[in-house]
Amino acid sequence: MTGGGNNHILRSKEISFIFDGANVTAHEGETVAAALLRAGITHLRNAPNSGTPRGMFCIMGACQECVIEIDGRKAEACRTTISEGLVIGRVPGV
Amino acid sequence: MFDAIVIGAGPAGANAAILLSENGLKTALIDEQRDAGGQVWRAKSESILEASITDAGEQGDALRDRLKSSNVITKFNCRVWHIERLENGHWLLSVVGGVEKKLITKALIIATGAQERVIPVPGWTLPGVFGLAGATAIFKEHMMAPKRRTIVAGNGPLLFYVASETLSLGGRVSAVISINSRTDWLKSLPAMLSNPSLIWQGLKWIFTLNKNRIPIYWQHAVKSVEGENMVDGVTICKVDQNWAPVEGTDQYIHGENLCYGQGLMPAVEATHLAGADHHYDEKLGGWVPTIDQWGRTSVAGLYACGDNAGIYGALAAPIRGSLAAQAVCEDAGINIDRKAEIKKLKVAIKFGLAATALTIPRSGLEALITGETEVCRCEGITRQEIDFEIKTGAQSPNAIKSGTRCGMGPCGGRYCMDSVALITQHRTKKSREEIGLPTARPPLRPVTIDDISDDLDYDDLPIPGVSPL
Repeated sequence: MTGGGNNHILRSKEISFIFDGANVTAHEGETVAAALLRAGITHLRNAPNSGTPRGMFCIMGACQECVIEIDGRKAEACRTTISEGLVIGRVPGV
Repeated sequence: MFDAIVIGAGPAGANAAILLSENGLKTALIDEQRDAGGQVWRAKSESILEASITDAGEQGDALRDRLKSSNVITKFNCRVWHIERLENGHWLLSVVGGVEKKLITKALIIATGAQERVIPVPGWTLPGVFGLAGATAIFKEHMMAPKRRTIVAGNGPLLFYVASETLSLGGRVSAVISINSRTDWLKSLPAMLSNPSLIWQGLKWIFTLNKNRIPIYWQHAVKSVEGENMVDGVTICKVDQNWAPVEGTDQYIHGENLCYGQGLMPAVEATHLAGADHHYDEKLGGWVPTIDQWGRTSVAGLYACGDNAGIYGALAAPIRGSLAAQAVCEDAGINIDRKAEIKKLKVAIKFGLAATALTIPRSGLEALITGETEVCRCEGITRQEIDFEIKTGAQSPNAIKSGTRCGMGPCGGRYCMDSVALITQHRTKKSREEIGLPTARPPLRPVTIDDISDDLDYDDLPIPGVSPL
């Protein structure tokens, strides 16, 4: 992900969260999807039937491709706001 | 109990809600996103403290400000998963993400907007492939673009916006692949001139692409997306007038992201579930609820406005919201006169209709969906399996669903059912109207058992004592 090109953008302070055991940096208040995309993490899970790799696709809460796991519950990365120290896991796939 | 509930806080729905509450109706506005604006005027993330002002941002902010100073009760991060009509004609909504699990209203306006049509090709499920509209969501909300190379492919005006915006946010664009020809665009220009400022905006996009020497492949389509665990590039080919791939014209283009979409379709699952009559109109983007010019559907107390009632675009949406609000008021015995808006609507829809016309699927498009393509992303159902169902007698989306599980996964068929209908149309030569929509069923969005079950205390369960032997 790139900061903003020609645009002047001031972002909130950096925080960190855990995705699948690894530390990832994000800006406070952004979505999990945006933070993962910035970190270059696109492969979020494998499809339950075909086993093919999947990542965020519609980015508006419709396709359910970006589901992740927080506290044992499924959540859409594109509709979840990051907070400091959030621990996110992958949804078990094939 | 509300006088009116509006589902969808985009320019149409939010505007309708504001007008209703200004006219004294107790109104709630529900949206699954965290603020109003819809997709087109999507709110910036809280992580952006300061940024240069954009047109869409300004319009969205104005709408959000109006909403905040109104009496509308807003329910954001909130999803309606079921809609039922009660015997007295009121509406019962089942909701997750809010305080209440059930809401009741006299009038219901559905303003759920559009969804994207994405034609499946081998590899379209790879991480790094985003919907074109999805890319705009990231731009608007987070003001960033993928750092690595982006390929932009599909049709309609969104293509050029996405490519140009990727560049201005500091990203890189490998190529733009437009299934529309230059002639398609020239033909749509006269109607688009109804909105010179949007034409000007479009020219600026093209200018940005030219300045950055981004190749534009006119009348080309993505044949397959290549890569192991992420996108490595795409194979493109030329298409004929009907958008069927032309053999021997393959080319490979490198890139790590693909923004890909073939136009917008009305998101009709809510009006469909609520029991309104629908018909197929390709000029309006596909299936639409049958409405009068104000937005009244075939069911009393149920109204539709915005792109879910036909893709007229963002210019027309606020006007359509006003008209629907007027209908609700009138039906509640309150008079507000906004007839002047109908005139405005006639001008506003010209641009939207011309843009939608560029995206109407042509007969050759289905040939891009090869046998091994996963058409249903959720259940992993391939075109071959769908073809087999049709060959053995399935004639409708319902039959294909029950035969294969296609469309029964978490997305609720949103990303496959249109392609299933395209394939069925090709195989059976039936019209889209004859093929029909699959039966609407709750939940409208995936919900957990926790979300939908009432609070339960096991001690309250009426368990009879052990019967004496």
